[in-house]
This record gives sequence, C-alpha cells and structure tokens, in this order.
Amino acid sequence: MIRVAVQAAAIDVGAELDRHDAGGHGASASFIGRVRGDGGLTELFLEHHPVLTQAGLRDLAQVAAERWQLAALTLIHRVGAMAPGDTIVLVLASSPHRSEALAACEFLIDRLKTEVMLWKRETFEDGRAAWVEARVGDAVRAERWS
Amino acid sequence: MALNISYFAWVRERMGTAEEVVDLPADITDLTALLAWLAARDARGALAFAEPHRIRAAIDGVMAGAGAPLGEAREIALFPPVTGG
Repeated sequence: MIRVAVQAAAIDVGAELDRHDAGGHGASASFIGRVRGDGGLTELFLEHHPVLTQAGLRDLAQVAAERWQLAALTLIHRVGAMAPGDTIVLVLASSPHRSEALAACEFLIDRLKTEVMLWKRETFEDGRAAWVEARVGDAVRAERWS
Repeated sequence: MALNISYFAWVRERMGTAEEVVDLPADITDLTALLAWLAARDARGALAFAEPHRIRAAIDGVMAGAGAPLGEAREIALFPPVTGG
C-alpha cells in the first residue's frame, strides 16, 4: 500500500497514477513538484543521503498512514541533476474520502520539505551555482501539522 | 573514540571531503563541542562550522537536536537545513 522511492531516473507520473487508478479508490490527491526555470536556472541538483533520505520518506509515509485513512500512498523523490520542467517530487494519496487524501498529501509535502535529508543546488546560465537556503515559511507550514 | 563523520551539501564542499574517520578527544561529548572542535581543527573546519546554528546532525541515523549528547555514537552526519521537495 505504501510505495516510497528515491531515484535518479525521471519520475513517470502517469504510471504511478495508473497504480492508484487501478485500486478503485474513491479519492486520490496528488502533489507534483517541478523544477522552475526562474532567473536563468539551467540545472537543479538534488543531493541526498545514501540511507537516511529513503528512511526519512518511509517514516513520513508511515506517520501519514497512521494519521489518515489511506488505501494507497506513493512518495517518490528524484535526486541528482534535473532540468527546468522535470518532476522533482510526487505525492499520491488515495482514500475512500477526499478530505483524508487531501490532508495526507499536504502533510507529506510540507513535512518532506523540512525533515527529509535532501539539499538543492541551483546552477544558472551565467555559470553561477548556489545551495538553496531553507525558508522560514516552509518551517512554519510544517509546524502546523504537529 | 573513533567516529565516522559524513558531510553533505555546502558543509561537504567546505570540508573538501564527503566523509572521514576522526579520533575524538575524550572531552568532546556533545554536538556543540564536536562542531567547535572541528571549527578549531583547521581552515576548512573553520569555514564549514563558523555558524554552528546553521548545522543539523543525525547521530547513528537519527536526527539530533542542537547540543545533543554523542553517547556511544559511531556515525554522525553533519549538514545544512534540508531543502528538498
């Protein structure tokens, strides 16, 4: 029921959604995060921990499954080099009820951003590269769920 | 005490290595002392750990709060606040 992955390969959103379609669940909520090309960004690189990134995603998925009535849950984060438009993260939550699916989906993306070991580095067309700073707003959003 | 330390993101870049094994002095018993010790050890450490409040840690695979005791830790990961999603 819970599917968690950390992968360098592109995320096949259609194939993942098909899995949820096939389950015949009453409601599915999704979050898809994509690389923005703002400010001349040419590459987004996601660094991860070889063990703890996957473990962190699994822990979060477990918490969501205990908190809401979920029939299926998919949490996939891409790592390595990505280009504008690429999917970075996919959250799919299916439940008999829309409120449970929507809440679980929002919880997972909010907490993932502040708890899971992943770091973004941006490279721009002028050759400049910089690590993305954590945002206070993200921490505030994640706190709402505690 | 031999301790495996791994570094991530800009902490890794500033340290110039992804991991190392250090022989920790007996009086380094918590994260605060570890970061201060690394900062005092050499120029790379000084650069990476000049602002210890910007450093997060996992001790033996578990996220640790600021100043957490090291206990019998074998592996410590040091990294900036996470920015995935």
